[in-house]
Amino acid sequence: MSVIGKLVTLLRGSARELGDSIIDANGVRIYEQELVDAREAIAKAKEELTGIMAKEMQSAREIERGRAEIARLEALAVEALDKDKENLAEEVAAKVADQEAELERQVQAHAEYALHAARLKDLIKLSEAKIREHAREVQMTRATESVYKATQSISENIGSSGSKLISAKESLERIKKRHEDLADRMVAADTLEKEFSTKALEQKLAEAGIGDEAHRKDKIMERIRARRAASANVAIKVEVQA
Amino acid sequence: MKALSERIEGLDVLLEARLGGISVSLQPIPGEIPVIQAVIGGREELPIFITASPDQILCICYLWRDDEIKPEKRLELLELMMDLSPAIPLSAFGRVEGQYVLYGALSINAGLDDIADDVAALSDNALDALNALSEYLV
Repeated sequence: MSVIGKLVTLLRGSARELGDSIIDANGVRIYEQELVDAREAIAKAKEELTGIMAKEMQSAREIERGRAEIARLEALAVEALDKDKENLAEEVAAKVADQEAELERQVQAHAEYALHAARLKDLIKLSEAKIREHAREVQMTRATESVYKATQSISENIGSSGSKLISAKESLERIKKRHEDLADRMVAADTLEKEFSTKALEQKLAEAGIGDEAHRKDKIMERIRARRAASANVAIKVEVQA
Repeated sequence: MKALSERIEGLDVLLEARLGGISVSLQPIPGEIPVIQAVIGGREELPIFITASPDQILCICYLWRDDEIKPEKRLELLELMMDLSPAIPLSAFGRVEGQYVLYGALSINAGLDDIADDVAALSDNALDALNALSEYLV
């Protein structure tokens, strides 16, 4: 069964200790040892494959060479017959026979090497698949274990720190509120900055003698003079009446 | 294998840079297997837990418990989560002992940059998911 299949079975059975249940710690160790063994076997098979493939290539070259030699000898035999040297031709024919026997052996060996190489390649593929499956099983067990154990530590930590576990909605509200506060503060700071920059501009204008601010003093003086004049007038009127 | 705490040394600094200067604190959680809690400033309620098995690094954010789901909307939510999962960058939904999680899994050979990317994405995704799916929660 696949690893996920095992997990599904366990989950359906509402297993609480999921991490421990897939395969126990001892099982993990056995798998780990099997992985080591399988990897070694693959390394060995690969090495052997390299040797076999070298021999395969070598025999292919031998076959090629043998065929060329037979062709060359046969040509020589034909030449001997052309010159009526029957005995010589037969001698060459005997050599061709030897060469042919050798060629057959090489062809046979070549076929065997090819078959062996193909078998080794299949073996490596199979072992690799097995390794991947085992590795995945071990990985999933360790991942499940680790996430469950981490969750346990985290909940224990939350429990022991005395901090109340608040609901997701509450968390969201708090974060949002904090975010809004920050946004408000930024708006306030922005407004303040704008005000400052307006004031600075007005001051510059006043210094240049532009705007209301520039003539404020003059206006005040005017007002004071007017008031003084008014009170002087009142005094004169009082004198006159007296 | 390097210890988890050693592997993620400097993650807080890297994350702070990723998040534009938001403070990040890392602290180990005592227990049988190594767990490091990453708390991101402003998102204290949604910490990211980083843990490692011999084969992978897991970054987990706890979203809600089973009993927080509105019973009449449960099936709809579960299907929605299945549909959403492939579209969420770097993170996927899951459930551990009745606790719904968003998590990212990384190769044990992942570099610090990869872990920082994952944690930053997970934090954003978790907040986003919570926001989008809160109507299914009580």
